[in-house]
Amino acid sequence: MSQLSERPEKSVVGLPLPHESAVQHVTGTALYTDDLIHRTKDVLHAHPVQVMKAHGRITALRTEPALAVPGVVRVLTGADVPGVNDAGMKHDEPLFPDVVMFHGHAVAWVLGETLEAARLGAAAVEVELDELPSLITLPEAIAAGSFHGARPVMATGDVDAGFADSAHVFTGELHFSDQEHFYLETHAALAYVDEAEQVFVQSSTQHPSETQEIVAHVLGLRSHEVTVQCLRMGGGFGGKEMQPHGFAAVAALGARLTGRPVRVRLNRTQDLTMSGKRHGFHAQWRIGFDADGRIQALDATLTADGGWSLDLSEPVVARALCHIDNTYWIPNARVTGRIARTNKVSNTAFRGFGGPQGMLVIEDIMGRCAPLLGLDPAELRERNFYGRGQTTPYGQPVVQPERISAVWEQVKENGGIAARRREIAAFNAAHPHTKRALALTGLKFGISFNLTAFNQGGALVLVYKDGSVLINHGGTEMGQGLHTKMLQVAATTLGVPLHKVRLAPTRTDKVPNTSATAASAGTDLNGAAVKNACEQLRGRLLQVAATRLGSNASDVRIVEGVARALGSDRELAWDELVRTAYFQRVQLSAAGFYRTEGLHWDAKTFHGSPFKYFAHGAAAAEVEVDGFTGAYRIRRVDIVHDVGDSLSPMIDIGQVEGGFVQGAGWLTLEDLRWDAGDGPNRGRLLTQAASTYKLPSFSEMPEEFHVTLLENAGEEGAVYGSKAVGEPPLMLAFSVREALRQAAAAFGPAGVSVELASPATPEAVYWAIEAARRAGASPVRAEVVEALSGA
Amino acid sequence: MVAARITVNGEEAPIAPAPAHTTVLDFLRERGLTGTKEGCAEGECGACSILVARPGVDKPTDWVAVNACLVPVAALDGQEVVTSEGLATAGAPGTPPVLHPVQEEMAVRGGSQCGYCTPGFVCSMAAEYYRPDRCAHADAEGGSGAEHGPNGFDLHALSGNLCRCTGYRPIRDAAFAVGTPTDEDPLARRREQAPPAPVATAYVRDDSAFLRKGTLPETLRLLRERPDAVVVAGSTDWGVEVNIRSRRAGCVVAVDRLPELRELRVGSDAIEIGAALTLTEIERRLGGEVPLLAELFPQFASRLIRNGATLGGNLGTGSPIGDSPPALLALEASVVLADADGEREVPLAEYFTGYRQSVRRADELIRSVRIPLPLSPVTAFHKIAKRRFDDISSVAVAFALDVRDGVVRKARIGLGGVAATPIRALATEAALEGRPWTAETVEAVAPVLRDEGTPMDDHRASAAYRSAMLGRSLLKLYTRTTEAVSS
Repeated sequence: MSQLSERPEKSVVGLPLPHESAVQHVTGTALYTDDLIHRTKDVLHAHPVQVMKAHGRITALRTEPALAVPGVVRVLTGADVPGVNDAGMKHDEPLFPDVVMFHGHAVAWVLGETLEAARLGAAAVEVELDELPSLITLPEAIAAGSFHGARPVMATGDVDAGFADSAHVFTGELHFSDQEHFYLETHAALAYVDEAEQVFVQSSTQHPSETQEIVAHVLGLRSHEVTVQCLRMGGGFGGKEMQPHGFAAVAALGARLTGRPVRVRLNRTQDLTMSGKRHGFHAQWRIGFDADGRIQALDATLTADGGWSLDLSEPVVARALCHIDNTYWIPNARVTGRIARTNKVSNTAFRGFGGPQGMLVIEDIMGRCAPLLGLDPAELRERNFYGRGQTTPYGQPVVQPERISAVWEQVKENGGIAARRREIAAFNAAHPHTKRALALTGLKFGISFNLTAFNQGGALVLVYKDGSVLINHGGTEMGQGLHTKMLQVAATTLGVPLHKVRLAPTRTDKVPNTSATAASAGTDLNGAAVKNACEQLRGRLLQVAATRLGSNASDVRIVEGVARALGSDRELAWDELVRTAYFQRVQLSAAGFYRTEGLHWDAKTFHGSPFKYFAHGAAAAEVEVDGFTGAYRIRRVDIVHDVGDSLSPMIDIGQVEGGFVQGAGWLTLEDLRWDAGDGPNRGRLLTQAASTYKLPSFSEMPEEFHVTLLENAGEEGAVYGSKAVGEPPLMLAFSVREALRQAAAAFGPAGVSVELASPATPEAVYWAIEAARRAGASPVRAEVVEALSGA
Repeated sequence: MVAARITVNGEEAPIAPAPAHTTVLDFLRERGLTGTKEGCAEGECGACSILVARPGVDKPTDWVAVNACLVPVAALDGQEVVTSEGLATAGAPGTPPVLHPVQEEMAVRGGSQCGYCTPGFVCSMAAEYYRPDRCAHADAEGGSGAEHGPNGFDLHALSGNLCRCTGYRPIRDAAFAVGTPTDEDPLARRREQAPPAPVATAYVRDDSAFLRKGTLPETLRLLRERPDAVVVAGSTDWGVEVNIRSRRAGCVVAVDRLPELRELRVGSDAIEIGAALTLTEIERRLGGEVPLLAELFPQFASRLIRNGATLGGNLGTGSPIGDSPPALLALEASVVLADADGEREVPLAEYFTGYRQSVRRADELIRSVRIPLPLSPVTAFHKIAKRRFDDISSVAVAFALDVRDGVVRKARIGLGGVAATPIRALATEAALEGRPWTAETVEAVAPVLRDEGTPMDDHRASAAYRSAMLGRSLLKLYTRTTEAVSS
């Protein structure tokens, strides 16, 4: 066992603790960014001036009418920017644009004494526009050849030879939907300038360091003149990785220009119409299987809808390519990725970050091809699982292939799959208008940022004279329980009870140059950094204790707040130990640091080992579909997921369940619709409110929901043997989509390949049922389909 | 008139100087009670859920959960509300607060992750916790999958609360674990006292007024004087207009506490339902008396909305996608309209005149809805929507068929979402009446129903799907009725 993964006796890690802020959550006393305005004097409220056209050059922007509105204090425009007019890292996101790039693009911001005044002021600003042609849908952008950014190609083996060796070749395409984050807390920032002209920004951000960087360059300041703090977020899911920067910059600019605190808080419609979403994709594919259903070759082109600016689209596409294999060995592959530029919001990170999109392509292929190959879909999947010694198409060895089948076999057993399949067959035979189906899908998800440099974390741990401990780290809390785990890590490493440790809000003036809390890596990076800082402190304190206890430091253990020497009954309580250390002038603070070892990645050749390890999981979902309407219920879900040795089981199970339901939402229910017509509202988001954009509610929760964490799953390369858990479980929801496909197919004859739109709304399922029924009326033989597909 | 005031967590506070359109949510937050959150500002997410003391159904007072984002604070003049902050009891200095039982269960079971939706969940859960008829019943089906817990907890109480983090399982566990209020519980004791009386209110700020009169005649006279007045009951529709479409009114008139609009009478020839009774009150007071309505209510928006929404409001807005009109059309209901001079009764089938338009004049109020008796025995409400809880119908079909001796004697079918107004499926009704209730009839008549209305493509559904759903609904009804008979 490595030093990083080794757990001491009586570890606080591993205990099933509730969220560290649970009491504040339930009593409504937990503070979020916008709650702070009610505790701040003389706040000005900012309201965007959104232009409701998809594309056009601004020919006039008249702000005087806004200034005539009572209560309006100032209008912010591009002319006010002292530094760089850019809100992104790719220098393609002007904070105050000259060209409107999407319907709802904010071109100016109005500051008012009240939000009402700012709103009325924004409505009074006059914008004139030379409208330009727009591209709204992916097919429009592809047809127009509108792309931006990198076009990576992932290649392995000999694709042409692979197809030549294939007994069955199928082709197809899939166009699937984007997804709104719908964090319950919309984007918010509150900025003020202190007596030393330092800008302080409270921001709901997953990436305080980058928010700081953007605020500084917009204001023409150096980073040490700007501090960003994030108390906590009301959900992030990737939507607050890049997107908060501009809003924070607007607040900071307003504060700098007026000398008063400025608040930006988007209402839900503004948030939905102005901030980026999960990329929708188009995929075109050709796949070859041998006579036994083993994949021989895959040739695919994945096109992501990047929206108007690059944002994180390049790494999202890279991760999509890196996950098109999922749990399957593809010996010969050529997969191309590209980013369409459309006149829509700038699509961005969202839990899974391209991984779900890549996997959806291969799972859709498996679901569609299994009937054509005459195989049960679960059997087809199993036959293609990675084996020992095999390598991903981008060159990383799959070192734990046995976990792919371990979780798979365990989920079959836990779910009583064999018996339930028989019950389902009997049910379906007896019910012409209602069908059930049970589908299994697996998961392999790479952990680490694809870009090696981001794989570093920092911490600052302070021990006060009274023995109390305060930890700072670079990660942000968005509900995922990172802070809970960090407290557990610190208590474990120092050997103190949990109540001795407190955690300070995430701030850029405590830990600099942090990476985004993203890529599921928050715990791996910050936990290892906290552990590193605590180890430094413990090392110093062990010396002090050894002297007092008359022993060697290497023979002293600190357990539950008491230092003892091996083989001696002498003890030294933690508080006393700390006080002693202080009087001996021992440093009681330490900066911790961690860099993930063993990563390498060549983006040009699209080759390397970008991931520290893979997270694994498997899910079995049973659905019931109503043949009259396509409406369905998720009757039961069983999941076995690999989180290594869990640091905090209640938190981890919460991540698995929540991720699963969010994934099921993306795949079945959440339906972003854009006006792609040629009317005056072209480019408008039609589902711009909670009343029209539906996310899962209680009715979408699986009626029976069993989540098990894989046991004896310690991960050598991560803090206290744990594995990342934030993103991977979202992708377990493919089981629901595949179950719906199979249930729809059950309305037709056996052997029919059913295409299912994504999201699989009741309407989409209904059309799939109708297609299956039609296939029953005029049976299409698998061979015919194959011949038509150009095998 | 006494200055408008509201009791929040036991403390009385003046409503001034808030502008007249200020919501309870913004008022609370302005006072530093920031536990109540804005997630959507249109009553869809429940992050702003609070408890309001209202006239009770089984006890003098009920604690009712409502969306604070939709209700103008002036509408709660003289009323009592409790927020998540008020549910906990402060501990001794330096010690944590003593959590309310629902807060305790939510906290220890992992019911919160980011915590933003949590105060709203806590309030919705507390309302169900205090529901007097939440009978503890042994869960015969053995638990999971059921929408009722072994403690009698009805999960529909949480149908208007969204959580984006947990996937709901721990919240359900918490809901199903809460016990029964103790005798010392102050909010349980409060139920035994009379509810706060409605207070005549004239809250005027700048050029905007929120008015509540004490009696129906005064209200009707006011409406005659102020044809520009916006009439609100639960404000579940007007609140959305204010927040999402930034509408402002010179004069808002509240009618939700007028006694004449809050009667429910089951007579020998009709059931008359007061237009200002909330859907929850109707649901609980009517029980299963009108099976079609009993089937409708759980599918109508969410509990949080039903706690405010009224039949008067659902008909008053004239929306083509309201869920009550199709059912009321099938029940052959009529609307009793009152003005300062008297009343008239209009069959609902003649009430709607166009998109969000009706025969109701600006100086008229819907006083009640009359449902003639006897009821047809075969009824069903088919709601087609993306989400099962709390969604807007893409198509709604309500059936009321009188089938005797195997023959359809009378058919009344109400449709929503397929035309500019809710409509009756007149051609289908005519095609069914007099025919035997058989698979052959269903097959013959289904195309007639499929072609009713003029459905459109929109973000909820395609026109083709809407038509297909109409076409399928008759077979679905037939299958369900015959399956029920055979089993």
